[in-house]
Amino acid sequence: MNLNLKVWRQKNNKSQGHFETFKVKDISSEMSFLEMFDVLNEQLVSEGKEPIAFDHDCREGICGMCSMHINGRAHGPWNETTTCQLHMREYKDGDTIVVEPWRAEAFPVIKDLVVDRTSFDRIIAAGGYVSVNTGNAVDANALPIEKQRADESFAAASCIGCGACVAACPNASAMLFVSAKVSHLALLPQGEPERKVRAVNMVRQMDTEGFGSCTNIGACEAECPKGISLENIARLNREYIGAVFSGSAQG
Amino acid sequence: MNWNNYFSTSIGKKIIVGATGLFLVLFLVVHAYVNAMIFWMDGGKHFTEAAGFMGGNVAVRILEIGLFAFLILHMVQGLMLASQNAKRRTQRYQVSAGNATSKWYSRSMGLLGTLILLFLILHLFHFWAPNRYGQAFDPQWTEETLYNKMLEVFSHLWVVVVYVLGCISLAWHLMHGFYSGFQTFGLATHKYKGIIRSIGVAFAIIVPAIFASMPVYLHMISNH
Repeated sequence: MNLNLKVWRQKNNKSQGHFETFKVKDISSEMSFLEMFDVLNEQLVSEGKEPIAFDHDCREGICGMCSMHINGRAHGPWNETTTCQLHMREYKDGDTIVVEPWRAEAFPVIKDLVVDRTSFDRIIAAGGYVSVNTGNAVDANALPIEKQRADESFAAASCIGCGACVAACPNASAMLFVSAKVSHLALLPQGEPERKVRAVNMVRQMDTEGFGSCTNIGACEAECPKGISLENIARLNREYIGAVFSGSAQG
Repeated sequence: MNWNNYFSTSIGKKIIVGATGLFLVLFLVVHAYVNAMIFWMDGGKHFTEAAGFMGGNVAVRILEIGLFAFLILHMVQGLMLASQNAKRRTQRYQVSAGNATSKWYSRSMGLLGTLILLFLILHLFHFWAPNRYGQAFDPQWTEETLYNKMLEVFSHLWVVVVYVLGCISLAWHLMHGFYSGFQTFGLATHKYKGIIRSIGVAFAIIVPAIFASMPVYLHMISNH
């Protein structure tokens, strides 16, 4: 199939970006969306033009790098898939596809479709860890954990930090990401000692990075490639309220 | 961190909007209950009695001050959050997801709230201000005068239309707001999630419908 692509081009984080239109030919319906971009880039290189910069790594839906906003949808129109898992059979010959980077003040564009998501790293560094200050990690089987808690923790831990929640949120809020990271530790005994400080510090870092606040719209849950539930946001709110009113959280 | 810092984070601000919002939900129940006394169709007897009780009760008068304080806090904090959030994405998307990923009313709480505020200004001007003035300065004033005032105000069709539009804005605001308040307090999880959503939808339809039927009914029985 032949397609028209309207892609965001931006030289660096200082320059003004613009849309550029490309035509790609003979795209197989079995290609992934990123492979279609590879074809386009080979074409650009052979024409002596600058290829389009885009993030990608594992290409199997677990690394969270492929951040493309496709025709208004984070990672394209399919539910619970990343861009690399979106296949060209979704499109018809002659379609026009608009591809934009994630747009949020906390995710500045580095080049073309590549955005800087180190704000997520700084939120994790503010509390999304378990301190093991001495000795070996305790044998996991020595800690009995209720099945439902383990499952909920695992579901939260499946967050790949791709930033689709921020990209989809009308407020550019990172609450789904932060809530998943707080939840997966808050549900386990290993996360218990730092639980209250973690919730407060990660929320404060989230605000410092310039993400919006959550108004419970729910677009994040609809776009999350890992199906992270809004129940995690409810849990983060509970963790935060619990930390504030217990009086023990420092920050 | 001190208390002020806890309530100035993004979640802290939302706790204020949610708590005041849920208080306003309780107010709506009381307001709808007292005003629904007009449906006894007894020329306002039951209404006069109930409104008289509310007007002469010290606890209700004190709660009214709290109500206004909470209302102002809800509006100011809500509108501030909306304006701050609008600045979190200065470069907008060329193509937006629209209704594919979220509900229009969930994205329009600031607009719906502003419409309710405009209606509220008119509503306070119609009833609250004359009632308080009458109670304070007019020895002839009773809640029966208030009932007659309602008949007079709602004899104008445009007023009825504005009130019904105000109730529709309220319905959409509650459709999101009721659930959202509980979600902010972290209560909309597990088996409670479905119940809270369902009660929220029922509340958002039933309560504004009761309110909207009042001007319509009074318009029908007034001598317009």
